[in-house]
Amino acid sequence: MIQRFDRRTVIVLALVIVTIVLGYHGRDLSKALDMRWIVKYPSAWVLPFKSVISEAMRWLIEDAAIGPVSFTDVTRAIAWAIEQPYNLILALLATGFVSGLGNEAQVILPAVSWIVVIAAVLALGHYCRDWGLALLAGACFLYLAVFGQWDSAMVTLASVLIAVPIGAGGGLLVGVWAYRHPTGEKILSPILDLMQTIPIFAYLVPILFMFGFGPISALVATIIYATPPMVRITTMALKAVDPEIVDFGRMAGTTERQLMWRVLIPSARQSLMVGVNQVIMLTLNMVIIASMIGAGGLGFDVLAALRRLDIGAGFEAGLAIVVLAIAVDRLSQAFAERMGRMPERTTGSFVARHKRTVLVGALLLMTWTVGQVIPLLQDYPATRTLTTGAFWDDTIKYLNVNYFDQFEAVKVFFLNWFMIPIKKVLLGMPWPWAIAMLVLLGWSAGGWRLALLCGGLAGLILVSGLWAKAMVTVYLCGASVVLATVIGVPLGVWAALNRRAGVAINLFIDTLQTLPSFVYLIPVVMLFRVGDFTALIAIVLYALAPAVRYAAHGVRNVSGELVEAGLVSGCTPLQLLRHIRLPLALPEILLGLNQTIMLALSMLVITALVGTRDLGQEVYIALTKADIGRGVVAGLAIAFIAILADRLIKAGAQQARIRFGLEN
Amino acid sequence: MSAKIKLACRNVWKLYGANAETLLKANPSPSADEIRNANTVGAVRAANIEIEEGEIFVIMGLSGSGKSTLVRCLSRLIEPTSGEVLFDGVDLLKADGKALIDIRRHKMGMVFQHFALLPHLTVLQNVMFPLTIQAAPEAEAEARAREVVELVGLKGREGNYPRQLSGGQQQRVGIARSLVTEPDLWFLDEPFSALDPLIRREMQDEFLRLQGRLHKTIVFITHDFEEAVRLADRIAIMKDGEVIQVATPEKLVMNPATDYVAEFTKHIPRSKVLSLAGLMTPGAVGEGAPLLHSAKVADVAERIIASDAPLSVQDDAGQIIGAVDRMAVAKVLFGEGSTP
Ligand SMILES: Nc1ncnc2c1ncn2[C@@H]1O[C@H](COP(=O)(O)OP(=O)(O)OP(=O)(O)O)[C@@H](O)[C@H]1O
Ligand SMILES: [Mg+2]
Repeated sequence: MIQRFDRRTVIVLALVIVTIVLGYHGRDLSKALDMRWIVKYPSAWVLPFKSVISEAMRWLIEDAAIGPVSFTDVTRAIAWAIEQPYNLILALLATGFVSGLGNEAQVILPAVSWIVVIAAVLALGHYCRDWGLALLAGACFLYLAVFGQWDSAMVTLASVLIAVPIGAGGGLLVGVWAYRHPTGEKILSPILDLMQTIPIFAYLVPILFMFGFGPISALVATIIYATPPMVRITTMALKAVDPEIVDFGRMAGTTERQLMWRVLIPSARQSLMVGVNQVIMLTLNMVIIASMIGAGGLGFDVLAALRRLDIGAGFEAGLAIVVLAIAVDRLSQAFAERMGRMPERTTGSFVARHKRTVLVGALLLMTWTVGQVIPLLQDYPATRTLTTGAFWDDTIKYLNVNYFDQFEAVKVFFLNWFMIPIKKVLLGMPWPWAIAMLVLLGWSAGGWRLALLCGGLAGLILVSGLWAKAMVTVYLCGASVVLATVIGVPLGVWAALNRRAGVAINLFIDTLQTLPSFVYLIPVVMLFRVGDFTALIAIVLYALAPAVRYAAHGVRNVSGELVEAGLVSGCTPLQLLRHIRLPLALPEILLGLNQTIMLALSMLVITALVGTRDLGQEVYIALTKADIGRGVVAGLAIAFIAILADRLIKAGAQQARIRFGLEN
Repeated sequence: MSAKIKLACRNVWKLYGANAETLLKANPSPSADEIRNANTVGAVRAANIEIEEGEIFVIMGLSGSGKSTLVRCLSRLIEPTSGEVLFDGVDLLKADGKALIDIRRHKMGMVFQHFALLPHLTVLQNVMFPLTIQAAPEAEAEARAREVVELVGLKGREGNYPRQLSGGQQQRVGIARSLVTEPDLWFLDEPFSALDPLIRREMQDEFLRLQGRLHKTIVFITHDFEEAVRLADRIAIMKDGEVIQVATPEKLVMNPATDYVAEFTKHIPRSKVLSLAGLMTPGAVGEGAPLLHSAKVADVAERIIASDAPLSVQDDAGQIIGAVDRMAVAKVLFGEGSTP
């Protein structure tokens, strides 16, 4: 037994060393052998996927039709259905109701005044919980007004207000359908799996092509991104309803529809609200990405500032997103709780029962009428806004002038000793060897099926001519994931073993997760400028959370009896950790790793903004050039990497579980 | 006994597992081993029972013996693998979706072990729920709901939510809700098992009081033999999915069909089970105010022992049908098997 184990270890070690050496000297080797093609896949061998896909999409959009209904009719109808409510809310919050176009445009009714919006937020906060929440949310919105972010913030809020009901409602309906039809669920489950592993960028380009550049495209992308968790949570919540309640519903003589809407869904409302909160957070996460395909608002401000490298403006807009996210998140959570408790029945006249609504309504009427005379009531005066842009610029300037060497030293250290070696190995590795290793890995982790999948997907990336860019992607994500794991797992273990540390670490991670992904980029760019290192830090910050969470969860869940058994046999705390806690938590830690990789991959296009040369950049270029074939192929390549990582790690985790007897 | 049969099941089987149907088709009455070998679970096997109008029929068995499954087959919440269920003489298993909904809306009520109250509705709304989904007129439904809420002693708590009530109170809501449609047939699946013993007793008394007024046909499930004896007109004992004996409590105690049944009845003091009818000397005439023939020995033992002469026993109609003396009672109280 021990001997076999040793031999296996020796083989694995030998392969790893050969791989590294081969990678490091791959270029020299290929020159020496005069076989450059083993490192650099010749462009003559690339299959024309891009043009085929471009052609296919063109056909889809120009000619495809079922009977008299063409594909464009369908997309137009969808766009129309989303556009109507969006325009209404946008007019209400941001642009006002206007008649006529261009110079003849006349404002019929201005947008809702900032005072009314803040009052409404206060009222909602008070209704959902208490004055504390009301003040927090109100302060967030006041901040937006005072710091001159109001107009953009309202545009963003409008798209959130459209995307969330569609995402949550649609997710609910699909979830209900899947619950009712078990075969439906069987079809849906792998699709949802896939949607959650495919990074958002893979479908940005096709959406852009179908719906055109603009807020509707952005909304569609956001909805596609934010809906899957709602579907999952809905089916799960419905299944979790006590079977006695279902029996009761049937015995009371409900029809199928009554059973669903009057028994099951109300009974599951608390879990459903968790799903809605998820949709909200994902929607806010998409704000900036969506601005790449035409969403205006705060996301656009950040994006534009990043492109100009206008640190101050970018930071302000980014902070505004954070503030908005905090307000919306807290409000929606409180609202969910409030829906869980049932409203106390109040009696009396309409006004007495709806004090807050009436108050806000009255305020609205007042600002609309009196606002004509006193503009302050309508718009927050531009002269009174504060800006911190200069302050941030100065701070950065100060830091860069006085601490340039220190920052540079850190950066150079990481680049020279960590990132560049990895990059060199990956880019120098002959692709036949790389694919062979991948297949071997797949075979040892999950048998011939997984091996086939590994070979197939890697082969597809190769023949699409994106091998080098894929390797840069693997390098960036790999380096970030290694760093995130090295930092995150110990943090998680610490959080699990020490209560006080646990509270602090949890708070830190929660805060990180509330922040939309782009926001990380801004301060990092300020200090380290564009480049791989900046991308690395941004990815690590974004992808840290699951590493910490899963490690903490895994360690906490190790059975108390086993820990006691270890204690009784005289383990020191360190031995306990090494021999009992960590091995048993390994499956969980691996799942955390999986999540970390997924988050890292989903940061890719964002990092393209800071000048990385990976698949993210490829998608980004395709977006700006509206080159659909290029975008789809690059998006698929990212998706393939994600799927490979996902399957390999899941198989590894399962093996670990079997080894520890947690599963058979 | 010539009362009308309200509900009956004939050769009902419920097997769980992928091969259940094929197994039963090939072999209509497989043995326990055959069921196991086919990788199926025999939750209910060859159940035959007849429930008379107006009686309290208790299904008794240990956990996992198939009680819930059987009662769910009777109400067709679970589709039996084979067999028929006759409700008022009509096969329930042949009813289509609409007819079934109709029967459940008007003729059946059910009480659940864990109450199964809807968390988002108040007590009154919960009780009204079966009427609400029938689209009954609001005012009428509310009046009717208030009536049953009062009947179960919850007047004043109409506006509370389930989580604001104790377990016993929650089950009262469950009971009220199952009665609001005035069903003929009333299923109770271990309604008092989740309550602590004192409350359980109180609820049993309450249940008997209600039945004294309502005269429903009742299928009552319990795993507690004492509860069964207190409440039942007749008891069906289940073991591993089979109904092994159906009889009155007295007969179960006096003539257990198998050792398994005897094992249960052994722990019950006979005096709590036996009634005077089985003890008296028929035709004899005694003294004093007559005792009811259905009175349990334990309840009247004191009077009989205190009296020197035998006491008269009368039937429900007030006719003297026999007499009982202290010797007979003493035998029950102190004789073999009288105490656990
Ligand atoms: N859906 C199912 N699939 C497979 N087996 C089942 C299923 N439901 C019940 N069983 C099995 O059928 C048997 C009878 O279960 P049932 O719930 O009827 O027992 P019970 O007498 O009501 O027990 P309890 O007192 O615990 O409620 C058990 O062995 C149970 O494991
Ligand atoms: Mg049961």
